[in-house]
Amino acid sequence: MDLNFTAQDDAFRAEVRGFLTETLPDALADKVRRMQPLAKDDYIFWHAKLNARGWLAPDWPKRFGGAEWNAVERHIFEEECALAHAPRVVPFGLAMLGPVLQKFGSEAQQDHWLPRILDGRDWWCQGYSEPGAGSDLAALKTRAVRDGDHYVVTGQKTWTTLGQHANMIFCLVRTDPGAKKQEGISFLLIDMESPGVEVRPITLIDGSAEVNEVWFTDVRVPVENLVGKENEGWTYAKYLLTHERTNIAGVGFSRAGLETVKRIARRAQSRGRPLLENPHFAARVAQVEIDLMAMATTNLRIVSQAAAGQAPGVGSSLLKIKGTQIRQEITDLARRAVGPHAMPFASEALEGSNAPLPDPLDAGAVAGSYFNNRKLSIFGGSNEIQREIYAKHLMRDA
Amino acid sequence: MNFELTEERQMLQDTLRRFLASDPADIWAQMAGLGIIGALFPEQSGGFGGAGFDLAVVFEEIGRADHDPGLIDNALLPGMLMLAAGRDVEGVISGEVKLGLAHAELAARYDLDWVETRADGDRLTGEKTVVVGAEDANLLIVSARVADGEISLWLVQPDAPGLTLNGYGIAQGGRAAEVSLNDTPAELLMDSALPAIRQAMAAATLAQMAETLGAMETAIELTRDYLGTRKQFGRPIGSFQALAHRFVDLMAELEQARSAVILAAGHLEAEPPVRDLHISAAKNLLGRAGRLVAEETIQMHGGIGMTEEYALGRFAKRITMADHRFGDTDHHLEQFIALTA
Repeated sequence: MDLNFTAQDDAFRAEVRGFLTETLPDALADKVRRMQPLAKDDYIFWHAKLNARGWLAPDWPKRFGGAEWNAVERHIFEEECALAHAPRVVPFGLAMLGPVLQKFGSEAQQDHWLPRILDGRDWWCQGYSEPGAGSDLAALKTRAVRDGDHYVVTGQKTWTTLGQHANMIFCLVRTDPGAKKQEGISFLLIDMESPGVEVRPITLIDGSAEVNEVWFTDVRVPVENLVGKENEGWTYAKYLLTHERTNIAGVGFSRAGLETVKRIARRAQSRGRPLLENPHFAARVAQVEIDLMAMATTNLRIVSQAAAGQAPGVGSSLLKIKGTQIRQEITDLARRAVGPHAMPFASEALEGSNAPLPDPLDAGAVAGSYFNNRKLSIFGGSNEIQREIYAKHLMRDA
Repeated sequence: MNFELTEERQMLQDTLRRFLASDPADIWAQMAGLGIIGALFPEQSGGFGGAGFDLAVVFEEIGRADHDPGLIDNALLPGMLMLAAGRDVEGVISGEVKLGLAHAELAARYDLDWVETRADGDRLTGEKTVVVGAEDANLLIVSARVADGEISLWLVQPDAPGLTLNGYGIAQGGRAAEVSLNDTPAELLMDSALPAIRQAMAAATLAQMAETLGAMETAIELTRDYLGTRKQFGRPIGSFQALAHRFVDLMAELEQARSAVILAAGHLEAEPPVRDLHISAAKNLLGRAGRLVAEETIQMHGGIGMTEEYALGRFAKRITMADHRFGDTDHHLEQFIALTA
């Protein structure tokens, strides 16, 4: 047992920090810190900077253009990026589709699609959930019917994050309606510019315009866009979901969030003293900080058990539950810290992202962020589903 | 003991529930016509209510409905201060006049006695913050410190020189404004106003708690419907124990909240320390129960509970943001400790 990072790890951390200082513009970091919605160009800019450094795909093998870092290096990188308020990397191509293509895609698919993810020619979104298939994902109904060398796709996907920016969507579709529900599903890559694809925005309670419905009406998709084998898409989908969960603990986001809470609470006044010195508020902050210290170590223990590039299995369910509880608690603290000034509110969907609001504590959109982050315990397999997964594993002999 | 509403209050509740369900246009004038605004004020001032239980009935119904007409900020709170100063509120009751109260300041956080705005002669200078309903007010009441350090209340015309309003939307719905006063002419309303401010704020806090209780009822009803109709894995999701048991916990919190509001309503006319102890107890409980109900009802709905289009999310926001007005959960815990020490 050695709780210290190695000299090599420390050098790596310094290198990442140096890169961020040099490359991340203050204005962009400020936008992230203030929880403002990022424009498409912000993401594209940051992806390009990371790609130029070879750091855009931390867990991809080097032969596909990835950094091939181990779990500890990835952890350090994610933490430093979050603390510097770097934009998050849009995960759909890099963290979700990429690993699926690398494991199950044909060589032609790997050669064609992987470079386009890295250089930004394609912006991917995820076509998994449907109105009737949320937690019960395998109940999905979107149909793909073979017609010569095409599939014809009809149906509706929902909660498609940043789908408004995407030109490509990877979808779970039903190719065998007669089979048992997990067995008739295929994994298809669909060009969003095809005739019959329609994207409709969904406004969320924080006023954000980041999720969408995607409708497919007789959309023709070339058969070479099928990943792996027909009717075996559920296997690939589950593989992708475990990857989606690898950074689900969000330690870096929590550390950055806790810093934000303290910064606000030093500035906010309560009877002429900083709020951070108020014993009730200080106790709330301390409890979350204690939980986070332990969770960061749980995260390192679980991720370092996993072989490089592999998902940490059922332990990721625990990380998701605890990690999201802590992140949500921190968004609650930020909201509390701001007090009455959490009320001023602008809707990105209705007014754009730059509506002027009074913000004397320089806190940013804390109420919006609190409401937006309710999603953490809902998406990527709700926390109830994570408990179900873990319980089934624990009770498998019962 | 009797926990039944009187016949008059039962009628008030029925009238208001039917009216709010009709999705009314020009809601303010119609509420005045129906006597809803009058129900906030006592008989000697031209109203026919004003007791804690009148406020509880009116605002619980407003909370249940998907409307917030602004009765607390444009009628109840400033209206009570007018009455405390010996002025009449007939224009408010008839719906012709909307008042506003500009009291809160940045450094005050939730403390009612923290006022830095100064009165110099009959001119006011200072910054008031997050003044809800300020843009709708025909007349503003502004708090300020006079030379001897006492807090006084002043009447200010919205178009008075040196006064600026910077308005914006607020997360729970409705609007607020930053109110800036720079050597702004004002008319003295009352001296040594802190006890009156505390009394009016106690009534406003009770009203807001009743509103939150109503919003919690609707959020829970929407969730019960959803748990019964939404199917995943071939069955209604409410048949899963993991959700059903948590839903029962919400019902328990709802009943706790209802009792806390009843206790606060019954002590609104009590001596200030007794009154404030019950208000603080209830506001602390509502803060905790409200957070649980808002978060759990969203969680039980899943993504649909986070959409602006579906009503649940709007109710969850009102419940949550109620903690940012009239003192939050921690503020009232501290008040309660101080009052019971």
